[in-house]
Amino acid sequence: MPEAAYNYAYLDEQTKRMIRRAILKAVAVPGYQVPFGGREMPLPYGWGTGGIQVTAAVIGRNDTLKVIDQGADDTTNAVSIRSFFAKVADVATTTSTEEATIIQTRHRVPETPLRDGQILVFQVPIPEPLRMLEPREIETRLLHALTEYGVMQVSLYENIARHGRIAKTYNYPVMVNGRYIMSPSPIPKFDNPKLDRSPALQLYGAGREKRIYAVPPYTPVKSLDFDDHPFEIERWDECCALCGSRESFLDEMIVDDAGKRMYICSDTDWCGRRQ
Amino acid sequence: MYVAVKGGETAIAHSLDLLADKRRGDRALSELTLEQIDQQLGLAVDRVMTEGSCYDRSLAALAIKQARGDLIEAIFLLRAYRTTLPRFGNSLPIDTAAMIAERRISATFKDVPGGQLLGPTYDYTHRLLDFSLAAGGERPLARTAPVDSVPGVPRVGDILERDGLLEAPPDASDRAEAGRPDDLTREPLTLPASRPLRLQNLARGDEGFLLALGYSTQRGYGNNHPFVGEIRYGQVAVTFVPEELGFPIEIAGIDVTECDMVNQFAGSLDKPPQFTRGYGLAFGHAERKAIAMALVDRALRAGELSESANSPAQDEEFVLAHSDNVEASGFVQHLKLPHYVDFQSELVTVRALRAEAERRRSEDPALDQAAE
Amino acid sequence: MSPSSAIAAGFASPVHDAQRLFRAVLDAFSHPGRIAPIDGAPAGPGGISPATTACLLTLVDHDTPLWLAPELDRPTVHDFVRFHCGAPLVAERADAAFAVLAAGGANPFDGFAVGSDPYPDRSATLLIEVPTLDAGAARTWRGPGIDGARRVAIGGVDAGFWRAWADNHALFPCGVDVAFVCGAQLLALPRSIATED
Repeated sequence: MPEAAYNYAYLDEQTKRMIRRAILKAVAVPGYQVPFGGREMPLPYGWGTGGIQVTAAVIGRNDTLKVIDQGADDTTNAVSIRSFFAKVADVATTTSTEEATIIQTRHRVPETPLRDGQILVFQVPIPEPLRMLEPREIETRLLHALTEYGVMQVSLYENIARHGRIAKTYNYPVMVNGRYIMSPSPIPKFDNPKLDRSPALQLYGAGREKRIYAVPPYTPVKSLDFDDHPFEIERWDECCALCGSRESFLDEMIVDDAGKRMYICSDTDWCGRRQ
Repeated sequence: MYVAVKGGETAIAHSLDLLADKRRGDRALSELTLEQIDQQLGLAVDRVMTEGSCYDRSLAALAIKQARGDLIEAIFLLRAYRTTLPRFGNSLPIDTAAMIAERRISATFKDVPGGQLLGPTYDYTHRLLDFSLAAGGERPLARTAPVDSVPGVPRVGDILERDGLLEAPPDASDRAEAGRPDDLTREPLTLPASRPLRLQNLARGDEGFLLALGYSTQRGYGNNHPFVGEIRYGQVAVTFVPEELGFPIEIAGIDVTECDMVNQFAGSLDKPPQFTRGYGLAFGHAERKAIAMALVDRALRAGELSESANSPAQDEEFVLAHSDNVEASGFVQHLKLPHYVDFQSELVTVRALRAEAERRRSEDPALDQAAE
Repeated sequence: MSPSSAIAAGFASPVHDAQRLFRAVLDAFSHPGRIAPIDGAPAGPGGISPATTACLLTLVDHDTPLWLAPELDRPTVHDFVRFHCGAPLVAERADAAFAVLAAGGANPFDGFAVGSDPYPDRSATLLIEVPTLDAGAARTWRGPGIDGARRVAIGGVDAGFWRAWADNHALFPCGVDVAFVCGAQLLALPRSIATED
């Protein structure tokens, strides 16, 4: 079947309207997971179908799309998703964080500060921040409804009792606008501070779990912590071997059989600009 | 030097070429036709149509061919195509009592009106590899009786129901009048789910998953004393009421397998003892799926029938959330995607924790011994 | 069914117009109090503004029952909505997913669905026609989408409206969401926003 047989941006208009309505409700209730009638997409569940559906519902011919996975534009899944939209939505693509109007991401927030008017679309595997503490949706929905988040506090505190610190490293839970505990998706906690009062709109899509949630611009996003154990991010003793950065998230690579390590920026666009 | 972040596009293009070659296999052999798949791998086509929620034999055959026989991949291909199709409306419920049955058996009575009709089944084959198939030998055509195509064999359940021994099927009229039935492919599943939604989920659900769950109920994890009241397989008419006509017209004939499972029920405060039902329906000929579905459907009714519900097959959220093989396959396999950012995060923390433990140990040698 | 000559035109390019206008609406809801121009909104059937027309065409369909305030409820609007959106028109506020109101009515939010604590998204979105988005009495808005505070001067709504809004905001995470519409402009007031004199 030729591509022309599919609608613009793949989804039919009725599906787009349904997703668009869900997005507006998500924006109106920051951090709350809106159920939506997620569709089968031509990419597998777990590979970004939620993010793809959100992007497909918002993208237009005037947009410039950037897609990253692990911070990089050229990882295979990022390439695959970017070429999907180039094909079905006739849209310009870029690797530049600054030039992009929509950035779809898996596992990172770009190092370059985002601006007003940009949309950051997160691919989310498990939208429910309480899921690993309580597997039942009926229960977790109730906990959110009642703002009953003791189970999360206890879990983090058990970390401290056991390890002397909060050992959660990625998908680190946040409190949005003082009301909902939210999964920021599996970004490293290094990126959590970038979510706080960001000028960009954050949209989160979970395709398999059929949930959409959002953080509007300038919304407080606080990483959970304790007064005596404040939230802190990862630090490296090394700097990027390519650009010398000491303030970006670094990927570690094993470069020889003796186990020699090299560190380079995870954000390839940011690193490239500094070289 | 750093290849991991460059060349993704080229690598994907090459991978697609290699995959196409693998799919085609040895080009000296003639390519499979969709008709061959439809005719000779018909049960695979049936399964792909059922779990793909799309009755189209040639599309399912195409999906199987494209997926190199990986049925879950084929189901995924068919679903992803299905979701782009426009909807004209909802058909009327199919009437399986009016089925032209090729096969119909009941395990609850020695004989039933309409008779036991064995039809084509593997049940009584001896599982001996038939080497004549490898040699390409043809058998003579089977003899069929003309009565095979007589529509309308009475359902065993209807007869039991008349005597009040078996519960009536749920009344669907209120839903039909309200307009559209719930549709899992258009709305997210909300829990607790209605029985129609549960049945939709099970019909789309992975045969292997339902088989294991159904089996578990027989081994005591939520036993409900099942009897196959009836299994029938054959063709039913699909009817539709176009708005401009206002009366039903027949738009297709499809093959389905139906299982009406009869289960013991001791009765409750407001209900006398009677038999209850579990229901299974699948496209094409799929008895294993239909029976497993009926077992799980009945198990999921534990709450409604005031039975204890402590077993996995009775756990609605557990069953419904994990039955879909397209979802499960994607999420399980997404572990192949790069996760090195998250892993780096973990590395940084584990190293810090180890350093901290090391420091404490060196500061206090007594700890070392205490730990042992 | 064919369009009767009395039915006003919808989008010239349904797919791309809907996308563009949705982005304008999304931008408005992401930045409460900020005026979003709805460029190229169709004139519509009359009686409702082009911005309202654009919102209906963009967001409303068979799945979203629509409630029209009695003063806006005329046959031309009915026909327009039925033909272009296919939306069921409902008489009860409680049944509506979307509603179109004129500014100045009493109890503007009464009776509309506000969602529930487990499902606060199951709430109505109200499109309220106002005479001006920037020349009314200014109030200070605060909340998600606003960097600090914003002064917003909606016209045609009185103190009673803002008292009702305070009650709606207090229901958070439940509550209705509002888009004020005027001509070809729109300004959003999601339930998360608190306002004061």
